Amino acid sequence: MLKLPQPAYDSLRRHGEETYPHECCGVLLGQMDGQTRVVSSTARCGNTRTDSPENRYHIDPRELVRIQREGRERDEDIIGFYHSHPDHPAQWSETDLREAHWFGCSYVITSVEQGKAALTNSFELVGSDEGDKKLVGEKIEVA
Amino acid sequence: MNLAALLWHHLGMAKIHIPTPLRPYAGKQPAIEVKAGTIGEALSDLVAKHPDLRRHLYSDDGKLRAFVNVYLNDEDVRYLEKEATAVKDSDSISIVPSIAGGAI
Repeated sequence: MLKLPQPAYDSLRRHGEETYPHECCGVLLGQMDGQTRVVSSTARCGNTRTDSPENRYHIDPRELVRIQREGRERDEDIIGFYHSHPDHPAQWSETDLREAHWFGCSYVITSVEQGKAALTNSFELVGSDEGDKKLVGEKIEVA
Repeated sequence: MNLAALLWHHLGMAKIHIPTPLRPYAGKQPAIEVKAGTIGEALSDLVAKHPDLRRHLYSDDGKLRAFVNVYLNDEDVRYLEKEATAVKDSDSISIVPSIAGGAI
C-alpha cells in the first residue's frame, strides 16, 4: 500500500496537468513501514525525453543523486516515482515495466485527459530480478 | 609489509550509498564504507562484502548493467574514467538505477 498526504497527491496530479500534453515525472520520498510506503514529500523532476515527451519520460540520474542526498538530510528515502500518461489510461505500459528497476518501490501513474488529471493508480515493482519482475496494482490511501 | 599490502593500507575509505531496492542485498544498510583507490575497486569491495548484490549490478558477462548508473559525488563515472576513475578519501559514490518509462 502507498500512503500519500493530500498535498502530495494534489501536487503530483497538478504536475501532470501543468506539463500536458507532455509526461511529467517526479520522486516520492518517505519511509517504508512494513509493506506500506509512507510518503512525506515529493520532488518534481524534469523530463529529459525531449524527443518524445508526450509518451516517454526519463529522469536525469544526476537529479536523482541530488534528491537522494537532500532526502538523506531529512531522514527520507526514495520509495517511489510518479509520472503522467497524457490521454492514455493510468495503467502501466510495456515500456513502464521494461524501464522499471526499483524493486519494492511504488510507481504512480496519473492519466491526464485533455489537460485534466483523471485517474491516479499506483503499482509496486515486485520480483527478485529483471527476469521475473511485475508491476502489481496497490491501494493508495490519501490522508 | 610487501608493496601490495602497503598500497592497500594507504587506500582511502569511500562511502557507497545503496538505493532502497538494493538494500535487502546489502544487509539493509543505506551506505557501506569501502576501501578503494578506484571506482572499480570500490564496487569489487562492495560485492565482496555483499555477494548477493553482484547479479543486480552486473550482467552475466561481468559488465555493469546498462540501467545501473554510478556517480562519484555529482559526476557520472561513464564520463570520467569509468571503473578506473580515482576515488579519494571521503568521496561519496552513489548507485542509481535508471528511472524511465512512458505511456506506450
